[in-house]
Amino acid sequence: MKFLHKILEKQKPMFEKGGKLEKFYYLFEAGETFLFSPPITAGKKGVQVRDAVDLKRMMMTVVIAMIPCLIWGIFNVGYQHHIAVGETTSFFSVDNLLFGARWVLPIVLVSYAAGGIVEAIFAVVRKHPINEGFLVTGMLIPLIVPPTIPLWQVALATVFGVLVGKEIFGGTGMNILNVAMTARAFLYFAYPSQISGEVWTQLADKTPVNGYSGATALAVAYESSTTDTSVISGLADTNSVLAAPFGGDFFSFQNMLIGGIPGSIGETSTLMALLGALILIATGVGSWKIIVSVFAGAFAMGTIFNLVGANTFMELPAEYHLVMGGLAFGAVFMATDPVSASQTETGKWIYGVLIGVLTVIIRVVNPAYPEGIMLAVLFMNVFAPLIDFYVVQANKKRRLARATV
Amino acid sequence: MDLLNLGIKSIFIENMVFAYFLGMCSFLAVSKKVSTAFGLGLAVVFVLGMTVPMNWLLNEFVLKEGALAWLGADFATIDLSFLRFIMFIAIIAAMVQLVEMTIEKFSPSLYGSLGIFLPLIAVNCAILGSSLFMAQRDYSIGEATVFGFGSGIGFFLAIVALAAIREKLKYSNVPDGLKGLGVTMFITGLMGIAFMSFMGISI
Repeated sequence: MKFLHKILEKQKPMFEKGGKLEKFYYLFEAGETFLFSPPITAGKKGVQVRDAVDLKRMMMTVVIAMIPCLIWGIFNVGYQHHIAVGETTSFFSVDNLLFGARWVLPIVLVSYAAGGIVEAIFAVVRKHPINEGFLVTGMLIPLIVPPTIPLWQVALATVFGVLVGKEIFGGTGMNILNVAMTARAFLYFAYPSQISGEVWTQLADKTPVNGYSGATALAVAYESSTTDTSVISGLADTNSVLAAPFGGDFFSFQNMLIGGIPGSIGETSTLMALLGALILIATGVGSWKIIVSVFAGAFAMGTIFNLVGANTFMELPAEYHLVMGGLAFGAVFMATDPVSASQTETGKWIYGVLIGVLTVIIRVVNPAYPEGIMLAVLFMNVFAPLIDFYVVQANKKRRLARATV
Repeated sequence: MDLLNLGIKSIFIENMVFAYFLGMCSFLAVSKKVSTAFGLGLAVVFVLGMTVPMNWLLNEFVLKEGALAWLGADFATIDLSFLRFIMFIAIIAAMVQLVEMTIEKFSPSLYGSLGIFLPLIAVNCAILGSSLFMAQRDYSIGEATVFGFGSGIGFFLAIVALAAIREKLKYSNVPDGLKGLGVTMFITGLMGIAFMSFMGISI
């Protein structure tokens, strides 16, 4: 490592003020601080916090927390393909790994390349440092799209998300909406046919077996509610020809919890998302309050719907809402985004609960969208500053009332 | 139950700002501070809640085709609906005058910060728009009242949320060319995407 550092140090003058490549200083700086922690810039006077964990290390923690989801996603893409075309494999086989990697890695690469180009252009023109925020966004976007998505759409969505969602506000830390969710919402409204319906399994031009359905659990649940049959039996009947990797029916509770079901690449496994949550909470990067309150809000709303019971979707046991679709992934990686979430501690509870409640409402009540977490997070991102504003105002009022002149 | 549905619909699903893009001028101009936006939002809720039912009465008993039947059989064929725009605006302007005088009396500071945008509520398209929607959709008096208040609350939510975002945006490093209204237009679009979450709900 020392050797590498020396080489980098040698190049530095070329990029500094007056050097030949002065314009590209921030590109150089990004590469350098990615590899080595930057020199301490704290002043001599006063009390200061000195910590090696700066913004870059924090963002890397999030990337590491996403790796279980990514690896699981790769295996799952392969597994879903193989059982859909009638080949039996065990979940963690090399076949699944190779097939999954063949389809997932290009999406990751395209997303990183497209986002990286936009970041680099802005860094050079606007002279702001490149942050690892883009590593997080570039990893999140592949995890929330279906494995069949055309690569050019991934590139377009990433460019839109980074440009309109982040750079026009001045870059990392200044955006108002979650960048990855903005990109996905853009895809969802611009190219709905590639991101809804039966796009969740990469069939690679092979014909699926008889009795196969590519629908997600949420779509099946909604379908059963329109025909007034029990959602649980609807889930049990769907894809009964396929082998469930983790016991029970294909859409059984444990299978959905562990994640052997079709869906967006990274969202299927609730367990892996929770593993990510553990990393985020243990390192203090993500707020446990938000994660807990999203789950609590969704569970509460599910229970309320159980009590109302106007159609069979409302009668779905509340715990099913927590393992279906992308709720866990969204709660752990999207809602906790420290920039677009509420900043105040009380605000985080309100923000999280409302995300959970809205998610279940959109799922059950709105027939236009089978999944609600994306729009619920975006909606609450819009209102997060307002929540903060009133939490701060209330705090001021309380303290003023206590003060005596 | 129908009225509750209409209320939810007019607040979230058919939000005046994000679904119809009405009332953008004051939405963009008076959203720099939460306190001012809050004041304007309340004024709009009040004006909408009052003028839509009043315009309903006007429409029902004067303007609609055959509305003048109560004057006698000779008047039953008269159709004054071409006067709708000007009559609705007259009612709205009168209402806004009332609000203006009240605010000036009770909260001079809010009156000062709202400035020209308070009298301009009279020409806020969200307000005339609601009255015209009411006439077009043949609402009953109860529905008209709920729709008026609902649209007002929708506008209120939108403008207060935007104001809070813009207060937070003070710490952002927006490119020079986009400062001010430019980036606000982008934010409005992004907020519109978020509000799409309710589109398609039919209750």
